Amino acid sequence: MRQTAEDWPGHVHRVLADAEARQIAYVPDSGLTRLIALCRADPTMTMVPLTSEQEGVALLAGAWLGGQRGALLMQGSGIGNCVNMLSLTTVCRFPLLIIATMRGETGETNPWQLLMGSIASDVLGLAAVGVRRAETADAVGAAVAEAAREAFDGPAASAVLIAQAVIGIKSFDDD
Amino acid sequence: MTSPRASEDFPLRRRAVVEALLMDRGGLLVVAGLGAPAWDVAAMGDSDLDFPLWGAMGGAVMIGLGLALAQPERRVLVITGDGEMLMGIGSLATVAVCAPINLAIVVLDNESYGETGMQPTHTASGADLAAMAQAAGFPVSALVRDEEALASAVNLACDARGPVFVAIKIRAESPPLVLPPRDGEILKQRFRAALQ
Repeated sequence: MRQTAEDWPGHVHRVLADAEARQIAYVPDSGLTRLIALCRADPTMTMVPLTSEQEGVALLAGAWLGGQRGALLMQGSGIGNCVNMLSLTTVCRFPLLIIATMRGETGETNPWQLLMGSIASDVLGLAAVGVRRAETADAVGAAVAEAAREAFDGPAASAVLIAQAVIGIKSFDDD
Repeated sequence: MTSPRASEDFPLRRRAVVEALLMDRGGLLVVAGLGAPAWDVAAMGDSDLDFPLWGAMGGAVMIGLGLALAQPERRVLVITGDGEMLMGIGSLATVAVCAPINLAIVVLDNESYGETGMQPTHTASGADLAAMAQAAGFPVSALVRDEEALASAVNLACDARGPVFVAIKIRAESPPLVLPPRDGEILKQRFRAALQ
């Protein structure tokens, strides 16, 4: 399939497959729908739906103990739910690859998203997780590839925040 | 002084329960939740195939799940406490969705937060962890209160097709501390090396 900028989920799926990410933990976001579907259709990947994002931090530590790699997909607001569990990542130097689609940025119509939208990146930095932002669709795949190398070759904790401008604004208006 | 509590008279003792679980462990992979369960596992002797936690409260079951999915040929046993289990209670539903046949979870339930002054946990007021696991979708879930039921619970934890959940009511007590290594990087590296 020809790769277009709009097909960032396809690019990210290939990056994850090439990185041998076997356990894909996620709390869904509308912006992640296609990536989750692509991973689910990939027989090399085991999908682990979570009740809370912090579960994914612990899951991927266990995966690495057992010799497997993985990735954690979430909405940016889920970063806040991960914070204490990141002590596990940090103290044991587990690799961690997070891909988060951002809410609470330009044009957000739900004010309850604004807090985590404004602090998610700083929270990750304070918790010793490297942060990359992808501001456009065609930057996402390369950012995830860099973050995956950093995570698994380090090992290190590394996150890619996909700007809301890439995903679009969720509308609550009736058409 | 706190008032006397039912759990102070429970017949099963935590160190004896963990000894029953681990004495014939073979190649069992063990994740131990923070606090007393980690000390109990360490009291059985330091093993490279133990991953004892000093923090990450609420994460023990999920570490066990990631490990069980990565090592489908090995048996994985999570031994944790009631407070730690309650903090990660949603992970029971996550385990049930994934349904790993090689994962067992044993909660040593003394109805207390043992590391912080023996304050009662929610199980002291009747929260039933075994029923919660069953309702989350665990095909095997048991509640154990006495020596008679312990032997079959050990068989469930070590051999039954998983995912298995066993809550074991144990006496609220604080046996002598036996501490595992606390350097997480060493615990991780030696565990991975022992699996090679």
